[in-house]
Amino acid sequence: MKTKVTMTINGVSYSHEVEPRMLLVHFIRELAGLTGTHVGCDTSQCGACTINLNGLAVKSCTLLAVQADGAQITTIEGLAKDGKLHPIQEAFWEKHGLQCGFCTPGMIMSAAQILQRNPNPSEAEIRHELEGNLCRCTGYHNIVKAIQYAAETMAKR
Amino acid sequence: MATARLMGSSIKRREDPRFITGKGNYTDDLKLPGMTYAAFVRSEHANARIRGIDTARARAHPGVVAIFTGKDMTGVNSLPCGWLLPELKVPQHPPLATEAARCVGDPVAIVIAESQTAALDAADLVKVDWDVLPSVTSTARAATPGAPQIHEVAPNNIAFKFQIGDAAETDAAFTKADVVVKKRIVNQRLVANAMEPRACVARYEDATGDLTLWVTSQNPHVHRLLMTAFVLGIPEHKVRVIAPDVGGGFGSKIFLYNEETVCSWATRQIKRPIRWTSDRREAFQTDAQGRDHVTDAEVALSKDGTMLGLRVKTTANLGAYLSTFAPAVPTFLYATLLNGVYAFGAIHAEVTGVFTNTTPVDAYRGAGRPEAAYLLERMVDACAAALKMDPAELRKKNFIPKFDNGYQTKVALMYDSGNYGPCFDTLLQMLDYKKFRADQAAARAQGRLLGVGFSTYIEACSIAPSKVVGALGAQAGLWESGKVRVHPTGKVTVFTGSHSHGQGHETTFAQLAADQLGIPMDDVDIVHGDTGIVPFGMGTYGSRSASVGGTAILMSINKIKEKGKRIAAHLLEASPGDMDYANGQFFVKGSPEKAVPFGTVALVAYVPHNFPEGVEPGLEETSFYDPSNFCFPFGAHACVVEVDPDTGHVKILRYLAVDDVGNVINPMIVDGMVHGGIAQGVGQALWEGAVYDDTSGQLITGSMMDYALPKADGLPMYETARTVTPTPVNPLGIKGAGETGTIASTPAVVNAVVDALSGLGVDHFEAMPLTPERVWKAVQAATSGK
Repeated sequence: MKTKVTMTINGVSYSHEVEPRMLLVHFIRELAGLTGTHVGCDTSQCGACTINLNGLAVKSCTLLAVQADGAQITTIEGLAKDGKLHPIQEAFWEKHGLQCGFCTPGMIMSAAQILQRNPNPSEAEIRHELEGNLCRCTGYHNIVKAIQYAAETMAKR
Repeated sequence: MATARLMGSSIKRREDPRFITGKGNYTDDLKLPGMTYAAFVRSEHANARIRGIDTARARAHPGVVAIFTGKDMTGVNSLPCGWLLPELKVPQHPPLATEAARCVGDPVAIVIAESQTAALDAADLVKVDWDVLPSVTSTARAATPGAPQIHEVAPNNIAFKFQIGDAAETDAAFTKADVVVKKRIVNQRLVANAMEPRACVARYEDATGDLTLWVTSQNPHVHRLLMTAFVLGIPEHKVRVIAPDVGGGFGSKIFLYNEETVCSWATRQIKRPIRWTSDRREAFQTDAQGRDHVTDAEVALSKDGTMLGLRVKTTANLGAYLSTFAPAVPTFLYATLLNGVYAFGAIHAEVTGVFTNTTPVDAYRGAGRPEAAYLLERMVDACAAALKMDPAELRKKNFIPKFDNGYQTKVALMYDSGNYGPCFDTLLQMLDYKKFRADQAAARAQGRLLGVGFSTYIEACSIAPSKVVGALGAQAGLWESGKVRVHPTGKVTVFTGSHSHGQGHETTFAQLAADQLGIPMDDVDIVHGDTGIVPFGMGTYGSRSASVGGTAILMSINKIKEKGKRIAAHLLEASPGDMDYANGQFFVKGSPEKAVPFGTVALVAYVPHNFPEGVEPGLEETSFYDPSNFCFPFGAHACVVEVDPDTGHVKILRYLAVDDVGNVINPMIVDGMVHGGIAQGVGQALWEGAVYDDTSGQLITGSMMDYALPKADGLPMYETARTVTPTPVNPLGIKGAGETGTIASTPAVVNAVVDALSGLGVDHFEAMPLTPERVWKAVQAATSGK
């Protein structure tokens, strides 16, 4: 039996009848058509599906769409404001924090949460907090540098 | 005014804005009108005959559009093997197994439905009547008496026996040796794990007969050729293969797989588009895997440390079927690399390829070369230990001396250029080796176990001369295409047959083209990954895009310049032979004021009212570059670790890399590839490994929960540097950089751990990864009874 679910994603309200088993990530990708949020695994390891739900970075493959009824969600598509990149997006570009780009949306969404909690993290803290996000291309070096760089530029603003 | 050189500049990537804003265009993002969704029914057994398949319940499931089994695919051939060694045993590899499944995950039916969930639900309702047979997954056991036989065409599960080098010369070297060092070295099986799972969308248009396949491919033309000519028998020119944004490959997306082949066939039956996307569990079971060698190696040495001979016997696990390029990996990409950077007196290698009831093995980042480097570098350290020599000194003593134009190895290859000593010396300086040994001794006195491991490597890349690879069994030429289209406004589109799935071609090739043409980079666009637009190309693997693909683009640019000179000479009433080109201007040699800008020549080429006789209008050139040889990057890496003997935990304190990849287009991008490669190689050394249960044939490490991928908190910041020895093989002097880190880092890490534990009596690890458990056990074994 389908259930009606309504949520706000990047400031836009989406309402759909969904099967109770539908994952939030599939709601975002297939019903809202926001394909920047990726699915890289089926066991909640890779973090490519990381989004922000009511202020918290979550893995959208690990929630059901029905659990997000009424939620305020930001995805990678909603991070840039008024055509201006978020400092973390800028930093990933500046520091070559991505190669194939597939893990990148989840990395950036996690990085946003890392810096929200701790605006001046050490390298070790960044590496520890990236535990839930896998990248196969960069060896993490430039991702860590990007997050450090973003912390610096955000502190100046 | 001279434009700034773009070659050699760390220019920010042009592809990044779409990726950092979530606007990438990956295969699974594609949604077409009338789309259907596929799920595959797969074998849960490692070796089992199919008695029957009952699809009745599944067909009745709501939303199901069609179900096909192998029996429905009449007239469809086996998936081909593209590299045929002499006397290679080639078993049938049907896109859907018809008679038997030979590994867990072997597909037996496709279920197509109106939604992904309906397809998955219905796939669960397909009932296969299995006759389960005994299986074998172990590399060492596959060819032993009594092992279950997998393919009738391959007695004793042996696919091929290969040898290279001079057996008699090698025997003689061992006869006169003062010291012989022998080790068994297991190079465990790895899973590539590109972050984007494989996917395809196949759309057949009944009205025109056109088939479009979007697929996660590193080489869309190769996909199209293999699928149309060898498997489906449909016209190549009616098929368009598009590899859009692809989320990493590392080799695993080179090959033609069952799933895209079945979807391409099935869309012609149902006349609706079909999307299939692998989940990660399927990826573990079906993406071609890497490595999986068991080797017995021995080195003959004189007392002073001269390496007289190397003898290698390797068994290479090929899995259940021959994947597209599988036979090449443990032979021409492994055994031919066993000379390394060392002046061995003699080498002989034997490789036996075996079938097992496992996922097929093929090229994974480095492909054969990491196996060779790991073996050599572990053996060199073992030799140093046996001779009580410093491992750095032993390496330096045996390096091939500097050469600029050719070194004939003992294993067929002719190296292009090399200068190994300075590269290694740079590494020792960066490390401050003397100081490290003092620090290590001081730490040991406090009970802390530090270790350093070195590795050097040689890589054969920019694959490769067609004539040579053809003689070695390749069923394809391995050249590359590059087309340059100058538009009437002077803007330029470059089409490359290579493919970017993280490598940044849209940036590096634009740097190359803009630099060569002396025009702004913003005036150049790079197009790749679409057989409908790009001339036939061989794609991206083996670190070949810049060296082979870049040279093809350069050749087309040179043709553009030559034609432009004739047009400009006509406009200036000068002789074409007197014309030169620089900074976006065609000009008369010695009279730079007599010049025509590039844009004007472009416009005149398309509006040829005043045009030279005998010159065709238009300004567009295509080139196909077939290199005369491989290129041979080299390097030296070092890893510093601390090992906790009580827990077996290994912590990497420093990682240093000095690579020589020839000339570099974009240092930032090359550094990034080196970083990523290092992480993958460290992964093999410390965490990764595909494990099969040899009784049931089940893949134990079938998810990211069970297979440990490198994470940020296990890795350090990498300290990188380069020496530059341009290759004489291609005019760009570029050797190739995509795989160096993966090749070098595994032995550096393992050597470091052995060095750290050497004081406790640990001198070797037969198997990787060096998990805390394995390290702790080695420490216990070495210290118990002491």
